[in-house]
Amino acid sequence: MKVLQIVETAYRATTEEQDDTVIWFAHAMRGAGAELGVLLAGNAVNYVTADQDASGLTLGTWRQSQPPTLAQDVASLIRKDVPVYCVKEDLAERGLLEGKLLEGIVLMSRAQMPRLFGEYDQVWRW
Amino acid sequence: MATKHTLTFVLMDAPFESARTTTAFRLLHAALDRGYDVNVFAYEGAVALAFAKQAQHPNAVHGRDVAQEDHPLSKNWIAALMAHARERGADLNWVNCGLCVDERGVGEAIEGVRRGSPADCWKMAQQSNATLVIPTK
Repeated sequence: MKVLQIVETAYRATTEEQDDTVIWFAHAMRGAGAELGVLLAGNAVNYVTADQDASGLTLGTWRQSQPPTLAQDVASLIRKDVPVYCVKEDLAERGLLEGKLLEGIVLMSRAQMPRLFGEYDQVWRW
Repeated sequence: MATKHTLTFVLMDAPFESARTTTAFRLLHAALDRGYDVNVFAYEGAVALAFAKQAQHPNAVHGRDVAQEDHPLSKNWIAALMAHARERGADLNWVNCGLCVDERGVGEAIEGVRRGSPADCWKMAQQSNATLVIPTK
C-alpha cells in the first residue's frame, strides 16, 4: 500500500516538538516499512528552503539546544527514498521559487496533483 | 485487505479545543453503529482525549453545580463508544502515541486504551478499508 501524506499547515508546534510532527510521523512509518510520498503545499512549502535557521530561542533561563531543522528532516526523508513533492504555485506566491531549495524536491503544479493522487492507494491530508 | 469492513481514524486535536473533536466522535459512532470495526490512532494533543483524570466541574456562569452541569468528558465518550462497539459486535481499537503521552504527562488512560507508535498506525491503516486523518489546524 502506498500513501501520500499532504502537509499544508506548517510550523505546527515545531519549536516545542523540535520537528514537524507529520514529517516526523512519516520518518517513523518509513522506519516501519511504509511506502510513502509527501506533498508540501500552502505554508508548508517553506520547508524546502535550504537556508532556514530556527536556532537561538531563549526564554528566561531556558535555551533551546536542539532547534527544529525542518529542511534537513525533509532532505533526510528523500534520502530514505520517500519522494517529496512541492506545489510550485505556492512557492511562487511566497517568493520562494527563486531562492535556494533543497535538492531532490519534485516541483509540481496544482494541475498535476490529481494525477499524483492517482499514483497512491490513499491520501492522508494533515 | 480485511474481510470485515474496518476504518482507521487518525486524530490530532486536544480535547476541549475544537469542534473537529465532536465531529470525529460522531463519525466514530456512526461507523460503529453500522458494524464497522474502528481503529483510532491518537496523535499529539489527541492523546489527552483518553486521560483518566479528566474531571467535571461546576459552572457559575450557567448557574449549575457539578451534577447539573454534567460536563462532557472525552474519556467518557471513548468509554461509551467502546461499550457501544461491544453491543454492536464491533471492535474499537484505540491507540495513543506513546511519546505524545509522555511529553504531556497524560499516561493514565482509561481502560481499553493502549500505548503505541506510528508503526501501529501504519499497521492499522494497512488492515483497514480506508483511513481518515483529522488533523489540527
